[in-house]
Amino acid sequence: MVNSKKILKISQIIFFSLLVLSLSLPAFASGGQEVAKEAVPTSTTPWWVWPLVLFVVTFVLGILAVLGGVGGGVLFVPIVGGFFPFSIDFVRGAGLLVALAGALAAGPGLLKRNLASLRLAIPVALIASSAAIVGAMIGLALKPNVVNILLGATILLIVLIMATAKKSDFPKVPKPDNLSQSLAIMGIYREESLGQDVEWHIHRTPQGLALFIVIGIMAGMFGLGAGWANVPVLNLLMGAPLKISVATSKFLLSITDTSAAWVYLNQGAVLPMIVVPSIVGIMLGSMVGVKILARAKPKAIKWMVIGLLLFAGLRALLKGLGIWK
Amino acid sequence: MTEDRNKASEEQLAYAGVLSIGMWIGLALLIVTFIAYVSGLLPSYVPIEKLSEVPQGSTVPYWGMRAHEFNETFNVPTGWGWVSIIGKGDYLNFVGIAMLGGLSILCYLVILPILIRKKDTSYVVIAILEVAVLVLAASGILKSGGH
Repeated sequence: MVNSKKILKISQIIFFSLLVLSLSLPAFASGGQEVAKEAVPTSTTPWWVWPLVLFVVTFVLGILAVLGGVGGGVLFVPIVGGFFPFSIDFVRGAGLLVALAGALAAGPGLLKRNLASLRLAIPVALIASSAAIVGAMIGLALKPNVVNILLGATILLIVLIMATAKKSDFPKVPKPDNLSQSLAIMGIYREESLGQDVEWHIHRTPQGLALFIVIGIMAGMFGLGAGWANVPVLNLLMGAPLKISVATSKFLLSITDTSAAWVYLNQGAVLPMIVVPSIVGIMLGSMVGVKILARAKPKAIKWMVIGLLLFAGLRALLKGLGIWK
Repeated sequence: MTEDRNKASEEQLAYAGVLSIGMWIGLALLIVTFIAYVSGLLPSYVPIEKLSEVPQGSTVPYWGMRAHEFNETFNVPTGWGWVSIIGKGDYLNFVGIAMLGGLSILCYLVILPILIRKKDTSYVVIAILEVAVLVLAASGILKSGGH
């Protein structure tokens, strides 16, 4: 009990530190300006400060992402895009690689334990990864202010989904649909909390696949990862058990984000100076987050993450509208 | 019977195995090459200290530019052009990034023979299409107009 309270207190300190840190970072205007060839070093901040701050912030984001049950990408893009002096192009490229690295790291364990279903993921991945390419191409062609407005609106939508969406551990699937039956999308997994095997099927497969077109486009356009949308569609619409939905969604990102990440990479929208500290920071933070999570489940963290997302979403929206530069 | 049914399929385990090894190699490469980059062990294509500088006549630092502006300013090749400057510390990092990006293609190629052997025709077709999509994305053929 004392531990839970202590952890909650630490989490609150982390949250508010991050908020203060974000506000204190000088926000530079992004993109679109004419650029002269000769540089005059007008900034007195040494170059290494930003990657260091980025590492610290992404480390904290990694902890919060695990405790709040969201992917790293969804926190990374609006916060780093809103409060760091990096172009939204490089931030989205890094966001995709952050989400990709997290998915690749989690994928093998989830597949081996039969929680992520390759049978379910393969058809969904084809739709989502194709759409993510389109999304990435649209995203790179849009003006930064338009990207920020759409990103802000999307983040606010995510906040709404997180705050209101219900989850179902074992959704009822009265009758699997024809498509899922012909593709034999079904499975059985060991539910340790019940001490028994759970057999699952899905339904409404065509509607679910259609929604993954939208999810893929948004993932590619904003570099967000897409766990926030994958899980409700797999769980609530298609009727996969919650554990299967969460695990398959995580694994799915390793394929969806790959296709979009290649588009960013090929367009030169990837800067190692932003990518590597972010990946290492988020992964180390996630490891610490998992350890904290094992000892306590502070529900308040979810609301802190929602608060942080709300703040970052408003920041992106107002930045795009030119109200908060 | 149930014990067998709740186990992951052969192709799922094969996919997981390749993913596991490739992910660690890719991450290790990423970290090692980044250390070589920031430590100055290898020269950078874009001088490291320039990234945070604000060019004359602009209000944003170089890393705050749109990607296409940055590439034009520093004459950075796009697509697979980075391979030609792989000897530079910053672009050596792309080896690890490309490895992580190529891993899913490799995993699909590994499970394809299993799916063919099982005569799982619909999944063979979907897997081939997925490889085609990922290869297309990786090829650099697809271009988007920047502003």
